[in-house]
Amino acid sequence: MSVAGAYDRHLRPDTRPSGFQVWSWFFMRISGLALVFLVLGHMLIMHVLDGGVDRIDYNFVSRRWAGFFWRAYDWLLLALAMLHGAIGARNAIADHIRKPLWRGAAKTLLYSVVFFLLGVGTLVIVTFDASRMPG
Amino acid sequence: MEPPIDSPPYRRTFYKGGSGMWSWILHRGSGLAVLGFLFLHVLDTSLVMFGPNAYNTMAKFYESALFRPLEVLLMFLVIFHAFNGLRVIIVDLWTRGSRYQAQLSRLVWAITLVLFLPSAWIMLRPIFE
Repeated sequence: MSVAGAYDRHLRPDTRPSGFQVWSWFFMRISGLALVFLVLGHMLIMHVLDGGVDRIDYNFVSRRWAGFFWRAYDWLLLALAMLHGAIGARNAIADHIRKPLWRGAAKTLLYSVVFFLLGVGTLVIVTFDASRMPG
Repeated sequence: MEPPIDSPPYRRTFYKGGSGMWSWILHRGSGLAVLGFLFLHVLDTSLVMFGPNAYNTMAKFYESALFRPLEVLLMFLVIFHAFNGLRVIIVDLWTRGSRYQAQLSRLVWAITLVLFLPSAWIMLRPIFE
């Protein structure tokens, strides 16, 4: 059965999903598909291959971010994971927090944290420069 | 006139135990847990901006035996969430997907364990050496 069919059968017309909800449904599947490769690749490189986390230190990060490719990989991973996680957490809030005031507060907190950390992460990945570091 | 939603033909469409319910609970739980770690991970990685001392002190903590079990747990949650998410996509988009959902669920667990167990062994090995 199609998703539209399921909605038609169980929901009244005035509770049809909005444009944003249809968009976020597609985004979860497209970003999820990309994240399977990006996250499992990240976990394999950082935790399993070549000594795992034991070899990760400041020098490892400087060498890794010396080129463009891994900065782009890490930023794409950061952005997709943050947005995928934000929509997932938003769905969880909508399911489990019923009181409008608490639901609004939870969503505001979620969006603030996601916005702030996406900004911090982007700033770090774009501007990190090992040659200008103290020490 | 449609029958009320809790009458027999509809009632069976609700989760009452079974693999569907557990997959749903684990998918939501693992997603929220991994998102929580992602928040922390952005902050710990941003320590590179404060130079080698700050970053390496943090990295030593993650490499300690205290943190290893959490690293293994993270690996499990990520692998399960990835392949269960693929199952959700297949059930949604493949017209016969819901008919094979139980088999797909078993396949998710098989792939999860095949990838998780060797990686857990590789991650835990340094503690015992």
